[in-house]
Amino acid sequence: MFAYALRRLLVAIPTLFVIITLAFFLMRLAPGGPFDSDRVLPPAIEKNVLAHYNLDLPLWQQYLKYLGGLVQGDFGPSFRVRDFSVAELIMSGFPASLQIGGTAILLAVIIGVSLGAFAALRQNTLTDYSVMGAAMVGIAIPNFVMAPLLTLVLGVYLSWLPVAGWGGGALANKVLPIIALALPQIAYISRLTRGSMVEVLNANFVRTARAKGLREQLVVVRHALKGALLPVVSYLGPATAAVITGSVVIETIFDIPGIGRYFIQGALSRDYTLVMGVMIFYAVLIMVLNLVVDLLYAVLDPKVRYT
Amino acid sequence: MLLKHFKRASLSIGIALALAGTASAETVLRVGNMGEPATLDPHHVAGVWENRIIGDMFLGLTTEGPDGSVVPGAAESWTISDDGLTYTFKLRDHSWSDGTPVTADDFVFALRRILSPELAAKYASLLYPIKNAEEINNGSVADSALLGARAIDAKTLEITLVAPTPYFIEQLTHYTAFPVPKHLVEAHGDDWIKKDNIASNGPYVLDEWVPNTHVRLVKNIDFYDASNVSIETVEFFPSEDRGAVQKRFRSGEIDIAKDFASEQFDFLKKNLPDETRVAPYLGIYYYPVNSNKPPFDDKRVRQALSMAIDRSAITDKVLKTGEVPAYSFVPPGTGNYGDPAFVSWMETPYKERVETAKALLAEVGYGPDNPLKFTLSYNTSENHKRIAIAVAAMWKQLGVQAELFNQEVTPHYNKLEQNDFDVARAGWIADYNDAQNFLYLLETRTGRQNYGRYSNPEFDEFMAKAANTTDMDKRAQYLRSAEAIAMEDQPVIPIYYYVSKNLVSNDVAGWEPNVKDIQRTRYLSIKP
Repeated sequence: MFAYALRRLLVAIPTLFVIITLAFFLMRLAPGGPFDSDRVLPPAIEKNVLAHYNLDLPLWQQYLKYLGGLVQGDFGPSFRVRDFSVAELIMSGFPASLQIGGTAILLAVIIGVSLGAFAALRQNTLTDYSVMGAAMVGIAIPNFVMAPLLTLVLGVYLSWLPVAGWGGGALANKVLPIIALALPQIAYISRLTRGSMVEVLNANFVRTARAKGLREQLVVVRHALKGALLPVVSYLGPATAAVITGSVVIETIFDIPGIGRYFIQGALSRDYTLVMGVMIFYAVLIMVLNLVVDLLYAVLDPKVRYT
Repeated sequence: MLLKHFKRASLSIGIALALAGTASAETVLRVGNMGEPATLDPHHVAGVWENRIIGDMFLGLTTEGPDGSVVPGAAESWTISDDGLTYTFKLRDHSWSDGTPVTADDFVFALRRILSPELAAKYASLLYPIKNAEEINNGSVADSALLGARAIDAKTLEITLVAPTPYFIEQLTHYTAFPVPKHLVEAHGDDWIKKDNIASNGPYVLDEWVPNTHVRLVKNIDFYDASNVSIETVEFFPSEDRGAVQKRFRSGEIDIAKDFASEQFDFLKKNLPDETRVAPYLGIYYYPVNSNKPPFDDKRVRQALSMAIDRSAITDKVLKTGEVPAYSFVPPGTGNYGDPAFVSWMETPYKERVETAKALLAEVGYGPDNPLKFTLSYNTSENHKRIAIAVAAMWKQLGVQAELFNQEVTPHYNKLEQNDFDVARAGWIADYNDAQNFLYLLETRTGRQNYGRYSNPEFDEFMAKAANTTDMDKRAQYLRSAEAIAMEDQPVIPIYYYVSKNLVSNDVAGWEPNVKDIQRTRYLSIKP
C-alpha cells in the first residue's frame, strides 16, 4: 500500500506541471492586466510598475522565472495585495477555511449518513419521503439564499448570533457559516447514502447475514452501511477539497478570512500570482484527498487491494 | 409587534450565545470599509478604503478638518512666495509613535521615495507639480537630490513647484504626500509597514491586520493632539457584500457602513431615517464619446445623444438614491471654482430637447431611414446595466440603435484607454478638490485617460492659461471657459453627480457629511 501511495504521488508531479503551465498561459489570455483600472497610469509610471513585477519581460521568460520561484517554494508577490506574499495569504487564510469547511463536512457526514440510512431502512414510508423531500429542498436552495436568510432571522431579528465577522475565531461567529455550508452537503450526502443503502440492503451478502441470524443492528452497521458508504467516500474526496478551500459565497457573506475569495478576487483583478498560488494549492489538495479516498476504498471494500 | 416582543425575549438567549464581542470600557469604532486594503504603505495605496485607514495613521503637512476642509496638519504654518512657486512649511513639534521626532527630512525622504522609479508607486503622478518630480519619476533625471523639496532645518521644509498650483495645499492632504519614518524605512525596507516595525505620526497606530478580517488601529498616545482624540480603537472591516454589511449595521455589529446598495435606499429611508446619510460627492458618472471616430467626430451627433438623455428619469426612477442629474462635467461645490459651466440647454424642456436632437441628427444624415447604429459599452454591474438600458431606450426616440455590450471592469477600462469603443460608461472621482482635477481629463496632452481622445486647441489653451496664473479668480474664469467649450462640444455626456452613501449609527457623534466623504476618526466620538 505504501508503494502504491508513493507511485501515485510521483505521477502527480507531471500532472501538476501540466496544470501550472496551462493555468499560467490561460490566465494571460484573459483580456486586461493586473494594473488596468478606471485610473489610468501615466506611461512612465506604468513602465515602472511593469518592470517592478517583471511583467515587461517576454511571456516565456516570465513563465521560466515563475517556475524557478516555485521550485524554491516561492509563490511570488501578490500584484494587488502588496503587504503580504501569496504564500502568506494562503497560510493565513487556510486555517479559517479549514475550520469552517472541515467542521461543515464532518457535520454533513454524520448527519447526512444517519439521515440517509434512516430513510433507507424505512424505504417508501412517510419518514423516507419527508427526509428525502427535505434533502431535495436543501439541494435546491442555493447558499446565497440560505445564508442571508439565516443571518436575517438568527442575527438581525433574534440577535442570537453575530451576523458576520470572524471575531478572532470565536465559536459564535462560526455557527452560521458552518450551518450554511453544511446544509447542502447534508442534503446531498443523505440522498447518496439512501440510494446506495437501499441497493445494499437488497444485496446477497446482506441477505446471507440476516439468514445467519445476526442481530439487525449488526447487519445494518457492520455489513450494509460499510458497503453503502463507498459512493459517499468517493464523493467526499473532491467535496472535502472544495469545502475546506472555502466557499466564496459563504466567505463574502459572513466576512470570513478564508482563501475561498482569493480565487475570484484574484481572477477578477488579474492578480496572476495569487490565482496561480491558490490553484496550485487546490490542485495538490484534490490530488491528496483523491489518494486518501482510494486508500479508504481498500478499507471499506474487501474486493479492492493495493499491492 | 409580536416580532419585537419575541426579540426581547430572545435577547437573553443571545447574550448567552454571544461568546465574543462583549462590551468593554474602551471606546471602539467599527467601520464597514467596503474592501480589503491592498497595502497600508501610503506610497503604494491607490484606493479610497486604504485612505480611510492610513488617513487615521499618518498626518500630512495639511489634513482634513471635521467637515473635510483643509486644516494644518504636520505643518503648523506656511508661507507662499509671490510667484506662487515656493512653499515654506514650519513643522509642528511632534514625533513618530516610537518617540523619534518628525523632521523635515522625513518629508523630503518620503517625496524622494514615492517618486523613485524603482518603487513604482502608482499614484506618484499626483506630485508632478513639484519641480523635477516628473523627470525623476520617469527616469530622465537620475539624481533625486534635484527634487524641489529640501529641509532647511529640522523643522522647516521648502517645496518648489514647476508652476503655480493653487490646489497644492489641498493636495497635500492626499496620502501621496504623507511622511514616512525615514529611520524605519531605511532599517526595514518595504517591510517597514509590518506591524512590528511601523511607526506613524497621526492619531492612530496599527495594532493588527488580519487579511480579509479587519485592520485594527489603536490611539497613538504620542499624537500631538491626543487629548482631543476620544475613540481609543478603530476597526475597519473589509466587508464587500453590501447586503451583509447592512445587516451587521442593523444588528449593531458595526457603527459606520460606507456605501449601501441603492435598491435598499427606500427600505433604509423608512426604517433608519436618521442613520441613512446621503450627501453630494466629488464625482461624475459620464459617458465618454469616441470623438476620434466617425460619426462621433461630428459634435452634432454627440450633442444629440446627450440632449436626448432624460437625466432626472435616471436619478429618480432608475437609481433612486438621491443622485443629482448632471449638466456639467465638474460637480457643483468643487473647490476653487464656483458654479460650473452647464450645457446651454439645461433648462430646455425634455420634449423640446428631443426634437432638437432629432433635427441635429437629421442634419448629419441620420434618421428613421438611416438609423445611427453603435455599441454602448459598460462594465458589468446591475446599476450600469439599468442605466444603459434606460439610455438606449431614450435614444431610440431618435431612431438610434444602440447595442449594449458589457465586460468586467478590467477589460472594459483597457478598451477605453486604447480608444477602442463608440460610447461607453465611465466614472471619475476627484483626487483633490479642484475643478482642474476633472477638466484635465479632456486635455489633448492627457492621452489615454482622455478616453474619447477629445482634442480642441481652444480648450487646451484655456487649461494652459489656468495652469499659469496665480490669480485665483482669473484661474476659475479660465477653467470655466474651458468647461463651457467642452459642454458645447460634448466629448463626454455627463449623466449624474455622485453622492456619498453612509449608514452612521446614532451613537456616533461628530460625523459630518462632506463632498470628499472623509471623516477622520480623531474628530468622532461614541455617545455614552
